[in-house]
Amino acid sequence: MKKLALSDEILLSVEKPSRYIGQEYNSYNKEFNEYPVRVAFCFPDVYDIATANLGMQIIYEQFNRRPDAMCDRVYSPWIDLDRIMREKQIPLFAVESQRPVRDFDFLLITLQYEMCYTNVLQVLDLSGIPLHSEERTEEDPIVIGGGACAYNPEPIAAFFDVLYIGESETRYDEMVEVYKKAKQDGLSRTEILKQLANLEGLYVPRFYDVTYREDGTIASFSGIVPDVPEKIRRQAADMRDDTLPYPMKPIVPFTRGMMDRATLEVMRGCIRGCRFCQAGMIYRPTRNRSLDFLKKAAVSMLESSGYEEINLSSLATSDYSDFAELTEFLIPYCNAHKINVGIPSLRIDAFSLDVMDKIQDVKKSSLTFAPEAGSQRLRNVINKGLTEEEILSGAAEAFKGGWRRVKLYFMLGQPFETDEDVKDIAVLSDKIARVYYETVPKEKRQGRVEITPSTSFFVPKPFTPFQWAKMDRPEEFLRKAHLLKDTLKEQLNQKSISYRYHDEVQTELEGLFARGDRRVSAAIEAAYRKGCIFDAWSEYMKPELWKEALAENGISLDFYNYRERSVDEILPWSFIDVGVHPSFMKQEWENAKNGVVTPNCRENCSKCGAARYPGGVCYENQM
Amino acid sequence: MKIRCKFQKTDHLKFIGHLDVMRTFQKIMRRADLDIQYSAGFSPHQKMTFATPLGLGAVSTGEYMDVELGNCPSKQELIDRINAVSVPELAVLDASLLPDDAKNAMSLIAAADYEVRFREGKGPEDAARFFDDLVRFYEAPEIIVTKSTKKNQVEVDLKKQIRKLKAENGVLFMQVDTGSASNLKPELVLSTYFDSIGREFAPTDVEVKRTELYGEGEEGLKPLLEFGNPEF
Repeated sequence: MKKLALSDEILLSVEKPSRYIGQEYNSYNKEFNEYPVRVAFCFPDVYDIATANLGMQIIYEQFNRRPDAMCDRVYSPWIDLDRIMREKQIPLFAVESQRPVRDFDFLLITLQYEMCYTNVLQVLDLSGIPLHSEERTEEDPIVIGGGACAYNPEPIAAFFDVLYIGESETRYDEMVEVYKKAKQDGLSRTEILKQLANLEGLYVPRFYDVTYREDGTIASFSGIVPDVPEKIRRQAADMRDDTLPYPMKPIVPFTRGMMDRATLEVMRGCIRGCRFCQAGMIYRPTRNRSLDFLKKAAVSMLESSGYEEINLSSLATSDYSDFAELTEFLIPYCNAHKINVGIPSLRIDAFSLDVMDKIQDVKKSSLTFAPEAGSQRLRNVINKGLTEEEILSGAAEAFKGGWRRVKLYFMLGQPFETDEDVKDIAVLSDKIARVYYETVPKEKRQGRVEITPSTSFFVPKPFTPFQWAKMDRPEEFLRKAHLLKDTLKEQLNQKSISYRYHDEVQTELEGLFARGDRRVSAAIEAAYRKGCIFDAWSEYMKPELWKEALAENGISLDFYNYRERSVDEILPWSFIDVGVHPSFMKQEWENAKNGVVTPNCRENCSKCGAARYPGGVCYENQM
Repeated sequence: MKIRCKFQKTDHLKFIGHLDVMRTFQKIMRRADLDIQYSAGFSPHQKMTFATPLGLGAVSTGEYMDVELGNCPSKQELIDRINAVSVPELAVLDASLLPDDAKNAMSLIAAADYEVRFREGKGPEDAARFFDDLVRFYEAPEIIVTKSTKKNQVEVDLKKQIRKLKAENGVLFMQVDTGSASNLKPELVLSTYFDSIGREFAPTDVEVKRTELYGEGEEGLKPLLEFGNPEF
């Protein structure tokens, strides 16, 4: 067995030492010295959260299945160990090989949510890697960022040598080949980065420069070295290919993490095109995995892990083309093996209720609807293709089937929202409660119906039709939340409705990071230096320190969050060609203003541009 | 069929807590595709019980769990199938077939063997001598200490709970009461001696290894495995 990077004394003094020892069942545990290309893959949050991430498992598989590469994993040490490592100057290590991160050729960091940015700096700092790309030497790994937040990488561009824009499956194999050859040829770090910059989808920030106008908006974005691409093309995998890397034998953590189950990604993308939703745009086109592959993957994952639960994952699982066939296979298999099937993201209708009924041991605890807006008017503005009638008839079906708890997800602060729209959240909640009392006869009721509407605060995201929108200020969010609360008290069934709203403290920063530019990075670094880490954990988020860091670096939230951008403005992320035309976004922004609904991809193609990618919904009807 | 398995938990597995060991074995049973029986009821769980938890940081070559199987392969096949889908540091060493009316390991348990060593670079310079002195200290007719329980404080005589104690080449061996009737942790044996010489005991300075668990049989203590039939 390997010598651990931390002494027994340290491991026994921290919470959950199993986070740091690796060697989990099904982990590759490749010998560091035997592979020419060594990749450390980092999820910059605590182990328990990170191990649930499917993207990480896919990339881990992608590198490790190569005979010439080894991929190890790195996580943010929790607050207790972070302190000890700083005190004793212990370098951050990868969990399987227990080798210092700095020894690796690549450090890949996945950026799944904006609030992890100070943890990125924590990981670099504890590893002994200079925070800024241009300060790094031949001794440092090449630091690559990827994942959902890389679609606007500018606020953190200074900290990365490369950002990978899009899905991992397409370019990483090529990157390994380029790197191996470059190493053999004895190329310098800068020369290697130049080669990587010419791989489609890879962005090397230091080869580009941004200038600004007096009003703070971007004047120009351009390459400053010869032969770098003007635009970075987003990568999308061809999901018809069943040989794409997938964790057929998933790593089984010793400690129960966030998610003690297998994850089956049934498709990527979403046909619906909600205007607030980044995932609905940046994962276009909607691409199914083959039914054959999914059956094989499900059985392999369950048999090799011993998990008692499998979760079907996608943005809208009911839209998966072979959903009925998949459940016909999976449910009997899982029932026979006492395995629970989790299907979140289901549209509630007679068919899905029937499916849920067949899942053994399903606790009819609660059903979830995500209307996102209370009124039909606002649902049209955001292009949420869900009508009140569908919600009420879905609820009626569910109540007849024995459910009596309903969760409702809404957002406050979406563009063109009025107070009436906010109040309508209360009205809709009450209508659903009424449906219960109308459909379930008194003698069959097992207690009161429970309706739980919750609201989050809307944050405009890049590459959505709402990317130009102005965000609500925290006071406005709170005013709306209170307005909703007061309106709920006026409802007939107010006692059956309990309302929750999410914290507004992180929302401002999330907005800043989502649409920020390169100037924001100084504030992130300053906040980290002041002691901010684990900002995604509200109990560790330090708003006062952030306020100082923003003020000291001249970052104005009025500029980044609280103004409507002109559609002609050069946005920090405009250099990325995401595959969906800017003209489509503009047209959708206009449609939102006018409350015009755009049909989903299966009803009618809107020619958004995603058809340039292979396969998927764009070609479904053209055989 | 009730099967008792003796297993080890060694090396880095010492950092995995008891609940996680239980969950890991549940997954191992499924991976090995064994016909483990489930309890009836709304949320069925595997019929699997453990003799007694091992503290975080301790290793063991004498842990026990009882499982109930419908169809059971031969002993060797059972052991092989489990170990093929586990990690070497959590491996089944031996097994026996229990009579249907056997008491479970948890209720049988009466004593345990431990080995205690100072970790590398920790403890006194001459560990062998230190442990010799400790053994001599315990030659006194009684050693009364005050134990704090949840409710109150009680005085106990450690001598009555220590069944065997000896030192050899810097390793301390002890056999002590374990279980619900009388329970003594090896750390208390050490800390009591440290107190007597006016020194502070740091639990992380020593590595504790459990090597066997015993139940009270008709003719005195016997290893838990021997309550079943070794041939199946």
